[in-house]
Amino acid sequence: MNNKERQELATWAVEFAKKKGASEVAASINNSRSVEIQVREQKIEKIKESTTNGLSLNIYRDHKFSGHSTNNLAKKDLEKFITEAVEATKFLTADEYRELPDPSLYPKNLDKDLKIEDNSYNQVAPEQRVLIAKEIEQIARSKSDKIISATGGYSDDYSESVLVHSNGLIAERASTSFWAGGEVTVKDGDARPEGWHWGGSRFFETMPTTEELGSQAAEHAIRKMGQTKIASGKYDMLIENRTSGRLLSLFFNAMKARALQQKSSYLDGMLGKEIAAPVLTIIDDPYIESGFASRLYDGQGIAAQKRTMIEKGVLKEYYIDNYYGRKLGMQPNGGSSSNILFDYGTRDLNAIVKDTQKGIFVTSFNGGNSNSTTGDFSFGVSGFLVEDGQLVKAVNEMNISGNSKKFWKQLAEVGNDPYKYSSILSPTLLFKDINFSGL
Amino acid sequence: MKAIINRRDFLKAGAVTAVGAAVLPQVLSGCTSGPAKIGANMTIHDYLEHFGVTEQMINQIIAVGLSKGGDYCDLFFQHSIANYIGLEDNAVNRAYSDISFGVGIRVLKGDQTGYSFSEEINLEAMKSAAKTAANIANTSATVEPIAFESPKLPNYYLIKTPWEKISINEKIPYLQKVNEKVFALDGRVIKSNVWFNDETSYVLFANSEGRMTCDYQPMAQLSVSVTAEQNGQKEQNYFDYSGRRGIEFFTPEAINTLANEAVKRTVSLFDAVKPKAGELPVVLAAGSSGILLHEAIGHGMEADFNRKETSIFSDKIGKKVAKDFVSIVDDGTNQNIRGSINVDDEGNDTEKTYMVAGGTMESYLHDRISAKHYGIKPTGNGRRESFRHMPMPRMRNTYMENGPHKKDEIIESVKYGVYAESFSNGQVMIGAGDFTFYVKSGYLIENGKLTRPIKDINIIGNGPKVLADIEMVADDLKMAEGGWTCGKNGQGVPVSQGLPTVKVSKITVGGVNA
Repeated sequence: MNNKERQELATWAVEFAKKKGASEVAASINNSRSVEIQVREQKIEKIKESTTNGLSLNIYRDHKFSGHSTNNLAKKDLEKFITEAVEATKFLTADEYRELPDPSLYPKNLDKDLKIEDNSYNQVAPEQRVLIAKEIEQIARSKSDKIISATGGYSDDYSESVLVHSNGLIAERASTSFWAGGEVTVKDGDARPEGWHWGGSRFFETMPTTEELGSQAAEHAIRKMGQTKIASGKYDMLIENRTSGRLLSLFFNAMKARALQQKSSYLDGMLGKEIAAPVLTIIDDPYIESGFASRLYDGQGIAAQKRTMIEKGVLKEYYIDNYYGRKLGMQPNGGSSSNILFDYGTRDLNAIVKDTQKGIFVTSFNGGNSNSTTGDFSFGVSGFLVEDGQLVKAVNEMNISGNSKKFWKQLAEVGNDPYKYSSILSPTLLFKDINFSGL
Repeated sequence: MKAIINRRDFLKAGAVTAVGAAVLPQVLSGCTSGPAKIGANMTIHDYLEHFGVTEQMINQIIAVGLSKGGDYCDLFFQHSIANYIGLEDNAVNRAYSDISFGVGIRVLKGDQTGYSFSEEINLEAMKSAAKTAANIANTSATVEPIAFESPKLPNYYLIKTPWEKISINEKIPYLQKVNEKVFALDGRVIKSNVWFNDETSYVLFANSEGRMTCDYQPMAQLSVSVTAEQNGQKEQNYFDYSGRRGIEFFTPEAINTLANEAVKRTVSLFDAVKPKAGELPVVLAAGSSGILLHEAIGHGMEADFNRKETSIFSDKIGKKVAKDFVSIVDDGTNQNIRGSINVDDEGNDTEKTYMVAGGTMESYLHDRISAKHYGIKPTGNGRRESFRHMPMPRMRNTYMENGPHKKDEIIESVKYGVYAESFSNGQVMIGAGDFTFYVKSGYLIENGKLTRPIKDINIIGNGPKVLADIEMVADDLKMAEGGWTCGKNGQGVPVSQGLPTVKVSKITVGGVNA
């Protein structure tokens, strides 16, 4: 099936549901092809190739709402599926806010090229994929005789989708992504610390080099040798760029309209107020060329917009989806984050380390969670002790705990070194006086 | 390698949406063959008919799978139907359904795996997928047709009425009752969210060794999340029941307990404090605290990691790792428990496997590939998320057997420490052995008594160290009531866990520095 045929089928599904009694309908059809390869000891350990299809329907029947999905796209079966779906909806309670988005929110221009589709996807030869994974393993393994296991990996996918709304939206998109990386384990007494490094691109041609992926994977494992926990106490906290993005979940969960409406957001009532130190500015930009979360419209068909979420520490916007926006009487603006940029600083990790007297450089989180209702959080961490501007030793098995309301005001510096391989382009971050639990 | 466990993600984000089969129960939506039979009494022949295949077709597919010289091939047919109904702001105003149908085809060459799947079950589509999987080998071979045998399997999840026979309007009152009770219990409750999930999965499995099995797998979950407010302070907590159960499990008593626990666990947080930061004695309440075992030892004992020597437990079999009264099992045979399986996802018998017996490391958890590597019988731990995924060693229900101590004497033995009661998630680094779990609520222990409530703290420890530091084990083993999903290599599978009251002499608790 190509996108034109998918569009026809989605349009048919919308019409059929309406014929069966639906007032409004949204239908999307997705198709995704993917390949995953894992190589160990220069042999293919696993190879998986697949194509998957799916149809999702959102049905509005006199303000009653239900959603349904199936991977069986045979028309005869869909007829039965849609009939039952529309029928089931009538048992629910009517809710005046259940309607498709207002058509004025739909994208006006669907022609902009975000450069997220590699047209040469089908030309990538199977041997090329395997070779990349093999090279990564080989490069990683050559870095140290302490390495007891190294794995090279490669994956790519090609996804296409169409979205049809009964009140006047027909949209389609296609995207590709290519990822590769390595995972390395080293022997360190009884322990076997692991490190990984994966990187990706929207285009095969611009994938990171196997040299980078293999050597970084090895480096990330080797540097963990000798890790121990250290004394509990207050330390400055530097967070590596590839890890710092996770901290934004402290905001994102609480910035959603559902959390506001359900009284489970510590950011309720904080619009226009200071929620972080003035060094923090966060921009949501769905239009970055080749970005991992670039898009012209979101899952609800609402046109994407670039907006500043937090400006110099002040909360400027929430993520307002269609349903909860209506319920709150707020204008929907898209209910989820896309690419995230910062107002970057002037120094990189090394420069910030040099200026740190007593700190912990956190390189990864281990578990933990946060409470969007209260702002409380607690995460396991590992990384390095920093003393007098130097990384002194590897540390692990520590926790940090705090509350977002206070924590983000302890942010002292934002680095100039965004992480490339994520939709959250987070830099090194420095926080002052953080509670660490260890010994 | 990281492995994670989470509550509350019954319906996977990517595959949102599902009620189709809930309204017209006699129809299995999405199934092309339109079978008349449903439930646990179906025979292998009913399953062949359900998926519209014959033994001859399966033989043809296996022949294609092995045509490049693979040593082994298996087919995993699956049809699953998931339903979700939600209550919010006092109204049952959302329902979702998902139907998923297809076959996964796997070819092994030694310990190498080729995998593909097809969402269309017809000869041409399956042959094409088998051809892709066959490419893990690169010679050529022809295979004689196989005569299939189907063993009689036990049934660890008998339910009264298949979920396909329960329509949406029969489920709605359950949500309303929970909601009413939650608000009636405490005037400080301001929001209640209730949701009801059920899932039914039909699985037909056949392999090139001539084994053919079928399984009917029900699952249900009823959950409630409560937000309460006092003097401008808001708190939220949660409780749920989940298992391979039918609607008969959700009795008026169960509904009462569900509402009571959710409200109690929420309003107690108004007075919660944070413990001191650092290493503290930790007492784990009987029940879902089994998350400790899942993270501290379970993942590290999955034999795929050990085969590659990447687990901290890689050289520990036969060694003393804990006190004599510590025995830890992973069990697929518990009646109606969420992680139970009648047969694993590669057709192997399930069992109760001792990982630690009397303090000594006894057995890893094996799938076909690792069992072959170690030259032993598989332990029935080969599991997968769906037909779209290849199996690997996974836990089922992981718990510790009863020990010699009493709950009260355990709490009395602690001068200052933490009593951990409810959890949201956990994670482990397999090689380093560092594991964590997040305590949603519990109590401080001061001078041998439970005193002030605590909330939102992460606990971090090291697997082998914590096993050695288990000082006391009570005689009150309880299984977790709620729905846990374990994630590994991007695949989620339902699991459960259990624990008697246990004392660990010291673990690092996320707290506040004076």
